[in-house]
Amino acid sequence: MKITKEEVERVAHLARLNLSVQELDTMTGQLDTILSYVAKLDELDTTGVQAMTHAFSVSNAFREDRVTESLTRQEALANGPCQNGEAFVVPRII
Amino acid sequence: MNPYELTIAQASGQLAAGSLSSRELTQSCLERTKAVDDKVKAFLVVTPELALAQADEADMIRARGDAQPLCGIPLSIKDLLCTKGIVTTCGSRMLEHFVPPYDATVVEKLKGQGAVILGKVAMDEFAMGSTSENCAFRVPENPWKLGFVSGGSSGGSAASVAALECPGSLGSDTGGSIRQPASLCGIVGIKPTYGLVSRYGLVAFASSLDQIGPLTRDVTDCALMMNAISGYDPKDSTSVRQEVPDFSSSLTKGLQGMRVGVPREYFGEGLDPEVRAVVTHGIDVLRDAGAEIIEVSLPRTDYCVAVYYLIATAEASSNLARYDGVSYGFRDLEVKTLMEMYKETRSQGFGAEVKRRILIGTYALSAGYYDAYYKKASQVRTLILGDFNRAFEQCDVLISPVVPTPAWKLGEKAENPLAMYLSDVLTISANLAGIPGISVPGGFSRDGLPIGIQLQGAHFREDSLFKVAYNLEQGLNLPPQRPGIA
Repeated sequence: MKITKEEVERVAHLARLNLSVQELDTMTGQLDTILSYVAKLDELDTTGVQAMTHAFSVSNAFREDRVTESLTRQEALANGPCQNGEAFVVPRII
Repeated sequence: MNPYELTIAQASGQLAAGSLSSRELTQSCLERTKAVDDKVKAFLVVTPELALAQADEADMIRARGDAQPLCGIPLSIKDLLCTKGIVTTCGSRMLEHFVPPYDATVVEKLKGQGAVILGKVAMDEFAMGSTSENCAFRVPENPWKLGFVSGGSSGGSAASVAALECPGSLGSDTGGSIRQPASLCGIVGIKPTYGLVSRYGLVAFASSLDQIGPLTRDVTDCALMMNAISGYDPKDSTSVRQEVPDFSSSLTKGLQGMRVGVPREYFGEGLDPEVRAVVTHGIDVLRDAGAEIIEVSLPRTDYCVAVYYLIATAEASSNLARYDGVSYGFRDLEVKTLMEMYKETRSQGFGAEVKRRILIGTYALSAGYYDAYYKKASQVRTLILGDFNRAFEQCDVLISPVVPTPAWKLGEKAENPLAMYLSDVLTISANLAGIPGISVPGGFSRDGLPIGIQLQGAHFREDSLFKVAYNLEQGLNLPPQRPGIA
């Protein structure tokens, strides 16, 4: 076993997902199969190999620090599932 | 010939000559869509009024005489590219009602040329899938054989072009999502070099792998669309500052002096004999056109799927953290606490495959597992890039199959995620290495299903890719066939 139900539950919490009992069951089985498969990477010796983060080397990509057009508040709020015309509204945080 | 049957280049020629108007062409594509899309199910939304207004505008530009090649050409857009004022769902309940306040740079560029947007086409939710069956709304079918998959994740793009609903489409490719559906639907599709095309306004899946590219009916049209969408964009810091060549100028006959590599690992077990035969014939065609054929090796090919499904899922788990129910997208408005708002919003908004990938990615990045999974995968990715670099010291372009088999029946692999992932084995390495790849129609199976041939090139060598692709297409000279859609 590469992964247990308890671990899947813990990861689901980290990813902010609720899983039903049945989902948890199915996901655990499927994740176990997938993780067992990817374990084949252990066959390769990667000692001293640099991790690749980008297809080719790029250094910092800066652009000029210039004010450009941006969305109006109304436009920015337009897709909010809950908003009051001035801000996004969320459940009480503190 | 009905206007909807024309390629982009043919239509563009008739528009320029004045023998066809964009309104007539657009009307014809809209009627074709109306006639076949109930069966093909490519479109999530068709925007006829907008399209006809754009067509009229294009006709005015044409009349003034300063039109660019795509002026007045109707195209479909994969539903993960932001279109100002047109709902952009990404195939997900999460974004069912999302109306972008801006256009993606590629959409802006197409509109800038006067192209006509016909509508938005179906895809796997958040581009995660190989058959478009993970679309929350509608599953496209293969125009050559209904009931068979159109491929994914740009299945709607491929189906709409193959079904002659429009001559071209924009898709995106994270692990084969342009090339694979292009192959299964018998059309051309290119994944450009990472950084050649701006991704501003593309809903992100895996940021080190995603690229936008066109799907068209032939190589000539593919080059025309690439000319229109390539180039540096200050809004995408991963786009590369360099001159974009005229890709159409690469479309010349003769491959003298060019070396085409055949990666032996791409012809191993599990390759359908009919697919093998089509690619073997393609190799002969390139040899006849003057290319030198050599065998090369990409020794880590067998590890690509494992690397991909760790890196892509890790990046997805991070990218998709933004769907928190606050500033856009779905939210469960019933719950009372912040934590439940996050969890219920995400649990109800995402489908099963998206959840599965978020879970794998979160696990691979979590404390204690990062080195074993994510870091290890990123190191093997370096080795995979090294394999390609060595291969491209020996040859200009690689030839291979795109998919190990022709299209399969809808539902056939839906219950087995790993089997589905393994079908991507021949396309994902290009994304890992950041190199360009193109799928060109190669022939048909006995059952009448299309089979594509893949060409891959070195970074920013789309010119070689287009040259070989064009010679392959011309040399194969496939008899014109139209899907029966029955």
